Parts: sequence; structure tokens; C-alpha cells
Amino acid sequence: MTASSTKGAAKPASTRAKPANKAESAADWVDGRLGLYTLAKSNLRKIFPDHWSFMLGEICLYTFIIIILTGVYLTLFFNPSMGEVVYHGSYAPLDGIRMSEAYASTLRISFEVRGGLLIRQIHHWAAIVFVAAMLVHMMRVFFTGAFRKPREINWLFGFLLLFLGMFDGFMGYSLPDDLLSGTGVRFMEGAVLAVPLVGTYLQMFLYGGEFPGTDIVPRFFTIHVLLIPGIMLGLLVAHLILVFYHKHTQWAGPGKTEKNVVGMPLMPVYMAKAGGFFFLVFGIISACSAIATVNPIWAYGPYRPDQVSTDAQPDWYMGFSEGLIRIMPGWEIGLWGHTLNLGVFVPLMVFPLVLVAIAVYPFIESWVTGDKREHHILDRPRNAPVRTGLGAAWISLYLVLLIGGGNDLLATHLHLSLNDITYFVRVGFFVVPVITFFVTKRWCLGLQRRDKDKVLHGRETGVIKRLPHGEFVEVHAQLPAAKLHTYTAHEQPQPLELPAEFDENGVKRKVGVIAKTRAKLSQGFYGEGTQIPKPTAEEHHEITSGHGHH
Amino acid sequence: MKKLSARRRHPLAALVVLLFALAATGGLYAAFAPAEKAQADSSVQTLAIEEGKKLFAVGCSSCHGLNGEGSSDGPSLVGVGSAAVDFQVGTGRMPAQQPGAQVPKKKTIYSQPEIDQMAAFVASLGPGPVVPGKEQYTSTNPDDVAKGGELFRTNCAQCHNFAGQGGALSQGKYAPALDGVDAKHIYEAMQTGPQNMPSFPDGIMPEEQKRQIVAFVRHTTNDEPNPGGLTLGSLGPVTEGLFGWIFGLGSLIAIAIWVAAHTTKAKKS
Repeated sequence: MTASSTKGAAKPASTRAKPANKAESAADWVDGRLGLYTLAKSNLRKIFPDHWSFMLGEICLYTFIIIILTGVYLTLFFNPSMGEVVYHGSYAPLDGIRMSEAYASTLRISFEVRGGLLIRQIHHWAAIVFVAAMLVHMMRVFFTGAFRKPREINWLFGFLLLFLGMFDGFMGYSLPDDLLSGTGVRFMEGAVLAVPLVGTYLQMFLYGGEFPGTDIVPRFFTIHVLLIPGIMLGLLVAHLILVFYHKHTQWAGPGKTEKNVVGMPLMPVYMAKAGGFFFLVFGIISACSAIATVNPIWAYGPYRPDQVSTDAQPDWYMGFSEGLIRIMPGWEIGLWGHTLNLGVFVPLMVFPLVLVAIAVYPFIESWVTGDKREHHILDRPRNAPVRTGLGAAWISLYLVLLIGGGNDLLATHLHLSLNDITYFVRVGFFVVPVITFFVTKRWCLGLQRRDKDKVLHGRETGVIKRLPHGEFVEVHAQLPAAKLHTYTAHEQPQPLELPAEFDENGVKRKVGVIAKTRAKLSQGFYGEGTQIPKPTAEEHHEITSGHGHH
Repeated sequence: MKKLSARRRHPLAALVVLLFALAATGGLYAAFAPAEKAQADSSVQTLAIEEGKKLFAVGCSSCHGLNGEGSSDGPSLVGVGSAAVDFQVGTGRMPAQQPGAQVPKKKTIYSQPEIDQMAAFVASLGPGPVVPGKEQYTSTNPDDVAKGGELFRTNCAQCHNFAGQGGALSQGKYAPALDGVDAKHIYEAMQTGPQNMPSFPDGIMPEEQKRQIVAFVRHTTNDEPNPGGLTLGSLGPVTEGLFGWIFGLGSLIAIAIWVAAHTTKAKKS
């Protein structure tokens, strides 16, 4: 069922007779003012291909909506102030303790506001799942090559959403002014102070004085509820508009080309599916929030700069920055009376690099491979071994850093030495991604060989046949034509070649360093050992025509 | 007097005087010394020390030496006091199973009377913290939990975690979790500073504050129902992240696969 049907959605307004009923006349009224029919005609029958991995972005969208809905409710009761009060609320174990109004109002939300604790937990669980879903969504886009032309800009929008989502999450975590969030804000102060030359000025500017001061919570509040969500909302709309504009990518298969989209129409199929999925997402998040505590601020106690608890980690999406800090040796350099705090400054610089690597990847790949064509058919990850290897290497780096960030819990729960874990992570930071790259690449090549074998020799049926002369063979069955197409639809690009060393007149060409590097990288990407030549039709014919067995 | 005076140079005179002096001193001492109390103590206490010494010789002396003087395998126990013995043996940490970064808590192998006897023996080696009485560690004031919480966050949470769930120290050492620990043992730990823990003697942390901390720890680890549902171990954002990934996103992806697999029954071309 391809995308071309227009029947039933809307007839042009001009040819229309008298409105049949009230709904139609209302629709006519809106159309006259907003051009609804044209909009509906072009978009309601929009075709989307069907695959579960295409719904990961939906999880992001829905959790974002849940976060906004619950966030609005929380702002009705939260008091973003660092003014001091003595608590006399309903949570007895904190009775008579001095705390900020921010913390007291979070306690009030948790224990006195109707549904407050559940909403708080929905807000927080949804945030945890939101960022996780964005990362998985990006992995899907990455490993299938869906970021290639024309979708590079949408990839950047997605990256910015991830980046902003992480920081907005961090600020939300900092708002309640409990012992954990205060420790996080202190961590950030240390990071700001580690910036050479201007660190102390930046810190004073940001905190409005010495730590903790009274400004940081109200400032974070404005950024957390207004500035960043506003930007994210805009990016999200732009992201979705571009998805509509580019149309969705699809897996290779019979009848699917770079010029069409095969799937179901938005109205009614995806309206129903997506609408239903929204409620499923909301339901799962609510169930999580009803079952499990997240951020038990009452147990942490109010923040005081002289107190700290162990297990002070950020929410998981900032965990890799925690890991960077924890594994970095505490180096310091004293220069002309100034301290260059490398122990914090180096992680502070590596932190954005880890993220920027994601952002720039599409541009690097297209430059290296010289591929400037449009792509709407997705790659199977095994058919792009180098890209898949690089992605897996990035994920392994990220996981190694998460291990570093949670080293204390690993130490206590696996009965290991904290120091040993830290040494492992220090070495692993450099070694594990390299190993992962090569293992993944070889794995992909193995899968390509398997595909080739299946195409040429069919699949194993598990049926053992005894031949007249006594030999046993396993019967192989031919794959259906559709499968054969899917396994062989990918193209196998050739690496860029440097022009011949001497031109037609025998004059030595000047080849720049950049061009040489590019050719080298391209060789690494598509050259020898990066792809198993896929079976040709002739090979297939030759093998399958002759004898019955393989 | 003449008779006496005449015999004052008798060879035995000095001896007689000495006998008289000794008798007088002894008699005076017998009359004035607090004999009775000393008498009563020695009968029970000495017995306990004697018994404790025997137990110590069998169970402890291989590392701590026959008289608690210590060796290359175990520290000297002179001056650690009865509270240290009551904590270490009462929580099963001692006798130690094997050397290592830290001696873990395990099943207690001595009965309380036996522990008391060993404590008496070790206490006899030199003065040290005494096993606290029940009134010292049992809080009666309901405000103690809140005050204890503040003290706990200031003094203990950096190693034992905000909810007393323990935490890692360097080189395989750790601060143990405090759930299910006896109030007396918590108090004794603060008094004596076992293994890697600093000690908080009364001069640093008065008895009342220790009692408040005990009240908070007992409340947090035992009594409090958690308002938000499962605690996920009260270990902070690491377990929350795992839960969010596995049960949150994991079930959502499972549902997405289910939804995608159950598509509309449109006619297939």
C-alpha cells in the first residue's frame, strides 16, 4: 500500500455543495480562515513505514509531553527560594530542622499536596526515561544511517534536544535544594572554578556571590521551567516538521525505493496507533512512579554545605561526567600564583567532546566517503561495519565512564576495591573503545558472510537426508525472493581514490595532506576488509540452478 | 618503767618493737580499709575475668596474644575497653575468619554471657570504654529522630550514606550498611571506632547526641515506611537510572514492538 491515496480525506472546498451537517459547516468555517483542507489533504494521508524502532522517537515525544504536564502542576506549589525557614510540616523526622523554602515546599508537595508525590515521581521518572529514549532513538538513527543527507540538520536538532534535555534534567535535580542536589550544585561550582583565568569570575556571576548564596535556585528555576523547555519545544516542532518534510526512512524490501515510502497512512492508522501509544507510555511511567521511589528528598535532608552523603551521583545522563571526574588523577599546576586545576579542567573539556562527537559525525562521514546523495533506505548495521564499529565504540566509552561514575556502588555490591575499579576505568577509557571497534567490525563482517551464505545456499532446515551412498546431508531451503532482495539490496560503495600520481603529461600532481588523509580514511571506511562482496545474481543462479542440494 | 628501760638494749628488743609496729599497722589497716567491697567484687568479677581469660586464650590469643598484648596479626587490646569486645564479638566480626581489607559482620558464635566474660578480661587489661547501659542508647524523646538525622548527615552520611545503607572506602574497605544493627552496637561503634571508623568519645560527641543518632538510624533503617514506594536500595540515582532504563524504557520498547507487530488488518497487496 503505497502513498498516493487521497480519497475521502477532503474534497476541494470550491466544488463542494451545501454543508451536509453542522460539523462540516464548522470545518468549512475553519478552512476559510486557516486553509485547513489543503493542510489536511497533504498531511492526513501522509505515509509512515511500520517498524518498532521508528516508535522510539515517539517515546521521547510523549515523555516530553508528560514532563511538561506534570511540571506545570509542580510549579503551582514549588517555591524557588533559598530563604531559610524552620520546618514544622507533616514529615516528623525533619521537624524543627532549618531548611530553604525550596526544600520545604518540595516536602510540602511530597506530603501535603494532593497527588503531589505521585506527580513529582512521574515528572522525575519521565525525565529519566526521556533522556534514555532520546539516546536510544539516536542510536537507531545512527546505526541505520538515517542521519545521512537530507537529514543532517534534523540530526543536529535531535542532538541539541539531547544536550538541552540533559542540562534541564540536571537543573531540575538541583532545584529541591536537598542534600543530594546541593552536592550536585557544589560539583558544578567546582567545575566552573576550574576554568582557567575566568573561573572565579564566572562562579561569582553564576551564583551571585560565594557558594551557595541565595541566587542559584531561583535562577535555575527560571532556566529549568522557561528558557530551556521553550527552546526544546521549538526544536521539537522543527524536528517533527522536518520529519514530515523529508518523509520517513524505511528498511530495504521489495517495492521500497529511494523515491517512495511504503507504509500506512497517518489518518486513521497512525493517529490511532500513536494516540494509543501515548496512553501506554503515560501508563507505564505512572506505574513506575506508583511502584518505585525516585529522588527521596525527605531522606536526603536539606542541603547544608558542611554535610554530604556517599552515593552522591547525578541522574544517569550526567553519570558519564561524574565518571570523568572520578577517574581523572587530581593533577594541579601552579603558575604565577594561579592554580590550573587539571583534575577538574580536563574532564570539563572532555565532557563536551564526548557529546560533540555525536553531533558532527554525519558531516565527517559524508566528507570521508564523499557520499553527497540522498538516502531514504536504511542501512542494516552489519552492512556498514565501520560506522557500526564506531557507534559501538562510542557506546562502550560511555558505559566505561558510567562504571567510573558509579564506582563506589560497584565496589560495595560486587566486593571489589574502589581503587581497582578506578584503575580499570582509567585504562578502559582508552582501550575498551578500540577493542569494541574491532570486535564489532569483525562481527558485522561475520554477519555479512552469514547473509551471503544464506542467499547462496538457502537456510538450514534441520532436515537430515541420507544419500544413496550413505552420506548424510542437511537439506537447505531457498530463501523467498523478498528475503533475497532484502539481503542484497544494499550497495557496496568503493573508497575514494587519489588521482593518479602523474597526470597525462607525466607531471607529478600535487596532492595536499588533507586529500591524502581523506583518501586514507575513505580506504578505512570502505576499503579492503570492510565489506564482504555481496553475492551477485549470476553466482546465485549458478549455484541454485544445477543440483538440488547445496 | 625501769624494767622496760633496763631491757631496752636487750638483743631481742628491736624484734619486739618491729612485731608491735607490724601488728599495729596491720590492725589499723584491717580496721580502716574498705575491705568488704573489695571482697564482694573479687568473687564475681575475678571469676568472670578468669573465665574470660580462658575463652580469650582459646578464641582470640592466636592473633591478639595470650595477654591481649597484640602480635603481627592483631592489635593490642590493652585499653580498648569492654565496649569494643562487646561490639566486635557481639556482631560476629571477631573472631576474624581471615585477614583482608576489612573484617565483615557474620554470625555471632559466642553467647552474650561468654562475650561479657571476655569483655571483663579485656577491660581488666587497661581502662577503656565500658559497655553502655540500656538507658544510654534508648531514646525516649520523639524529637531525637530529627536531631539525630542532622547529626547523622553531618558526621556519618559521608561514609554510611544518607539512609544508613553503607558505602565504599578505599582499597576494598567499606562502611557497612546499618539495617538491623542493634542500638547497643551502634552506640558502641561510635564509642570505640571499630576497624576503619573514627571513634566519637563522649568528649567529642556527648552521650545525648549519640543516643539521638541511634534513634535516627533505628528509625530510618527499621521503622519508616517509605512514602514513595520501593526504595530501590536507597542508594541514590545509580539504582534509579538502572530502574528507569530496565523497567521504564525496557517495558516501553517491549510495548513498541508489540504495537508495531499488531498493525491494522489492511489488505495486503
